[in-house]
Amino acid sequence: MSQIPAELKYVSSHEWIRDEGDGMVTVGITEHAQELLGDVVFVEAPEVDEDVDAEDEIAVVESVKAASDIYAPLAGTITEVNEELEDSPELINSDPYGDGWMFKMKLADAGDLEKLLSAEDYAEEIADE
Amino acid sequence: MGNKTPLYQAHVDAEARIVDFGGWDMPLNYGSQIDEHKAVRETAGMFDVSHMTIVEIKGSDAKPYLQYLLANDVAKLAVKGKALYTGMLNESGGVIDDLIVYYLNDAHYRVVVNAATREKDLAWLENVAQQFDVSVEERSDLAIIAVQGPQAIEKAQSVFSDEQKQAIAELTPFMAAYAGDLFVARTGYTGEDGYEILVPDNKAADLWAQLEEAGVKPCGLAARDTLRLEAGMNLYGHDMDETVSPLEANMGWTIAWEPEGRDFVGRKALTEQKANGIPRKLIGLVLEGKGIMREGQDVVLNDEVVGVVTSGTMSPTTGKSIAMARVQRSVDAEEVLVQVRKKQIPAKVVKPSFVRKGKSLI
Repeated sequence: MSQIPAELKYVSSHEWIRDEGDGMVTVGITEHAQELLGDVVFVEAPEVDEDVDAEDEIAVVESVKAASDIYAPLAGTITEVNEELEDSPELINSDPYGDGWMFKMKLADAGDLEKLLSAEDYAEEIADE
Repeated sequence: MGNKTPLYQAHVDAEARIVDFGGWDMPLNYGSQIDEHKAVRETAGMFDVSHMTIVEIKGSDAKPYLQYLLANDVAKLAVKGKALYTGMLNESGGVIDDLIVYYLNDAHYRVVVNAATREKDLAWLENVAQQFDVSVEERSDLAIIAVQGPQAIEKAQSVFSDEQKQAIAELTPFMAAYAGDLFVARTGYTGEDGYEILVPDNKAADLWAQLEEAGVKPCGLAARDTLRLEAGMNLYGHDMDETVSPLEANMGWTIAWEPEGRDFVGRKALTEQKANGIPRKLIGLVLEGKGIMREGQDVVLNDEVVGVVTSGTMSPTTGKSIAMARVQRSVDAEEVLVQVRKKQIPAKVVKPSFVRKGKSLI
């Protein structure tokens, strides 16, 4: 069973979201998602300062076998991307909730965090897959 | 639930990720396909390829039947155990399947065809057989284990008995021999040396376990795909199919034009194609920018789409994205652009053979 940290929020498209306070969040993909992908070999990061809407396709994670779109979990502005992933995309496999984080964003409305799935909700979603 | 090979439980026990492959529940990887890929390039790995279809062709017409059925000429096979790679074509010269045929004697050949094409292959084999005195018999009682890599021969031999070792001691590439109840062929699909071992179903799991004990790493279909693409080997349904002739798929060498008198299915169409000029060709590509080429992406030259990627991946051995692409015959550029998602990225045109014996050729 994949690890699903209780303190994080989730969306059905397998991104996790960490509330950093003041409407700032960090986003990555879940352990379950990286298991499905297999060896990650390339990450196309979103653009810093880009304004995004919830569910926009903003980045790509490529495994040896396939490319997968990464979606903005909520509306806001991208403030930082994990540049380590450019040279070490495998961090997504080895540490999806830590060094494998993908980007940070400032939410348009911090209240939107309430719309996201809890760890429990997400666990239920992937159990049905 | 799909079909299961005799090794299915071994894959589940090894925590393989199981996927549907042509109706079979097969291991995609056992954790990391890159580690598995590297094992085959550096030491030895093994694949369960029992989903492939083994067919015995027997009867007094076995030879003329296969001479008519296949684009390559089984008359080249005169030594017991000798193997031949060939396309099986339709009347318009398209590839129904690519396969290996082993010679046992003039009245007995063994053919191994792809898994995903099993039903149409068997139907075609039966259909053509009606004009000949032959029987077409599928062998569902045999499993196949492919052991591949620079140490594959040595490690595989370490699990064989002395008699078995002796039986296969002199095997040269593309030869096979019986070794007890095994049928051992020095063939493969990774660009490395090794064996493809046909083993009775009820002994497959034991052999698999012994090979693993001898240090051969279990590898899934995902690694098999990156290995074969690095080696520049075609995958049926991707790099060629019934709409593609062998002349367009770098399989020209598998067509036996001589003797001229040998009629074979597709010969007329291929002869016309040769006379009129072959419209397309298969090239190799190495991406020069960042990204990964994938099947279906457009190949662009001078703002015009001139072809399509037929197989593409990140090559674990070279660290670069490599691909095969079918392009217009007239394309003679050293560099093209590939439409990788939203961007056009330059790619170098090379021969579609990217890695040989563990060494990068690009």
